[in-house]
Amino acid sequence: MASMEQTAPQMDLLRLWRDKNARAVIIQILTIAGLFFFTFWIVSNAVTNLETIGKGYSFDFLFEPAGYDINQYLIEYTNRSSHLTAAVVGLLNTLLVAVTGIILATVVGFILGVLRLSKNLLMGKIVYTYIEVVRNVPVLLWILLVHGMLISSLPSPKASVSDGWDFLGVSFLSNRGFYLPQPNPEPAFWATVIAFFLGIAGAVVFRRHARKVQDATGKILPVFWVSVAAILGLPILVFLVTGLPIVWSFPELKGFNFVGGFAIKPEFMALTLALSLYTSSFIAENVRGGILAVSHGQTEAAHALGISNSRTLQLVVIPQALRVIIPPLTSQYLNLTKNSSLAIAVGYMDIVATIGGISLNQTGREMECMTIVLLVYLCFSLLISAFMNWYNKRIKLIER
Amino acid sequence: MSEAAIDTSGMKVTDEVVIEIQHMHKWYGEFHVLKNVNLTVNRGERIVICGPSGSGKSTMIRCINRLEEHQQGHILVDGIELTNDLKNIDAIRREVGMVFQHFNLFPHLTVLENCTLAPIWVRQTPKKDAEEQAMHFLSKVKIPDQAHKYPGQLSGGQQQRVAIARSLCMNPRIMLFDEPTSALDPEMISEVLDTMIELAQEGMTMLCVTHEMGFARKVANRVIFMDGGEIIEQNEPEEFFTNPQSERTKLFLSQILNH
Ligand SMILES: Nc1ncnc2c1ncn2[C@@H]1O[C@H](COP(=O)(O)OP(=O)(O)OP(=O)(O)O)[C@@H](O)[C@H]1O
Ligand SMILES: [Mg+2]
Repeated sequence: MASMEQTAPQMDLLRLWRDKNARAVIIQILTIAGLFFFTFWIVSNAVTNLETIGKGYSFDFLFEPAGYDINQYLIEYTNRSSHLTAAVVGLLNTLLVAVTGIILATVVGFILGVLRLSKNLLMGKIVYTYIEVVRNVPVLLWILLVHGMLISSLPSPKASVSDGWDFLGVSFLSNRGFYLPQPNPEPAFWATVIAFFLGIAGAVVFRRHARKVQDATGKILPVFWVSVAAILGLPILVFLVTGLPIVWSFPELKGFNFVGGFAIKPEFMALTLALSLYTSSFIAENVRGGILAVSHGQTEAAHALGISNSRTLQLVVIPQALRVIIPPLTSQYLNLTKNSSLAIAVGYMDIVATIGGISLNQTGREMECMTIVLLVYLCFSLLISAFMNWYNKRIKLIER
Repeated sequence: MSEAAIDTSGMKVTDEVVIEIQHMHKWYGEFHVLKNVNLTVNRGERIVICGPSGSGKSTMIRCINRLEEHQQGHILVDGIELTNDLKNIDAIRREVGMVFQHFNLFPHLTVLENCTLAPIWVRQTPKKDAEEQAMHFLSKVKIPDQAHKYPGQLSGGQQQRVAIARSLCMNPRIMLFDEPTSALDPEMISEVLDTMIELAQEGMTMLCVTHEMGFARKVANRVIFMDGGEIIEQNEPEEFFTNPQSERTKLFLSQILNH
């Protein structure tokens, strides 16, 4: 009896370790404790080492003047602005490339993916070759190549004007950028903006209304065309009625470059084009896979019920294909966003080139600058993931 | 399926022609799948089509609602000729229901939504009416309690009965069946065949590719034997089974009956 009592606590521990749920909890506690001590050790190490060489961990430098120029800024910036402003300029530049790139890559990717499945044999082969070539070369090469082509094959601003590299005489393509007329809205332009948002709201309301009408009477209303009319037609109408309240400033050649107008810089163009074409080739494959994953039997069953081709796509094929396409799409968006850090290769001033590059070199604050860059990318990635997961949940298939 | 004789009072063949196939040929590239097929079907007929694998049975019935195109000859359904005219094709598909070997239910929609999709989007039926009608047919195939489940949650036999109900919701005048029971476990075959027998008793015109000879004997008024893309022989079921004419038919019957 006595010996049994002695072994009892040991037995209990053993039993606890054998229990599936208890073991999971124990492992988690141990992991968290380990992680905590490891992080603590790393951080305290870094702080003591930095202190011995006379550097603290402080973000005060952010408020000192940056002292360098940035060639593309979406907010007010001069070389007398602070490092913080430079970081924000870089962040916005990264955001601009990521958002433009994601939109372009998605549109081009979906089109290519569908064309790849085209019954037209030649079209299918051409798209196939394109996709294979584009996605099998490292994206950095594409960025350099596109940049090189824009810089060396496009004419100088002067030659652009004299050799007719213009569109209707108001837009000019040159190696200094693509110069477009810049719209300067007058106060009355607000009416158009309001009309646009009203149009969107109207389209949403009409969609609901059409649903109700269809449920009640069976009548199918032209939701698509009414939406187009509301979202595009209404603002255009208001714009015309309020007397075209926009003053255009046109680019004009002065000396060696254009003044006025609005320029899309070659660095931005190269980076965005290369990133989006590269990513679109992966998206195209996802889209193709998603459509192929919907068996032919589904289309046949819909057709056999008398459902037309376009309705079959809308009601049967696309809802099922999307659930295959969305998860890999998320990782393509993340890739594109992270790949945008290659901006530095062509001198596009993104978050890495500004705070993680020039600011870092000038102030010697590696830890602080890298922390900022890291957090920025982490935030972008988490935001994209969160959004895509939310969307994926909405369209997810319920199965056994 | 019980072995008892069934009530045949509702099965009446009229002399109204609903399907007419004349000198129909079809090729897959070089391969001549269907050779000079001629077939006339009257309203109320129950036709069973059998034959060895690859003989073109599926291809033939799929030509009737133009899931496959024929290259020569004529097919008339309800007096409308099947051509490339998309309007005619849609009109015919609305009148001709089809049940597939692998059910082909829409996995992203509930059973009820599977049944109401076509009535709502093709016939523009109000949702409430479409749902009432769907429940009516789901009751008929004896699974009204599954209406809000997804196809993936049902057994094979239940899925095939949903597929039949889904077709019936379009109120078709003709039903095509392509081996409706051959993907099912043996214990589920009879529940589907019972549903089909009931349909036959209500006077539905049916063309059914199947090797269920018991079903053919009970329900069919004509059995067609195909081989090598041709209709070799057709006859009443009794005559067909007891007194086959061609050697090929005899060989085929001995194979499936000994099986
Ligand atoms: N899409 C296609 N392309 C080329 N050949 C095809 C195609 N579909 C069917 N075939 C061929 O046509 C022939 C007839 O096919 P079908 O499916 O009509 O036969 P079946 O009588 O239904 O056979 P089973 O009993 O196996 O279903 C077969 O030899 C088949 O290989
Ligand atoms: Mg077949």
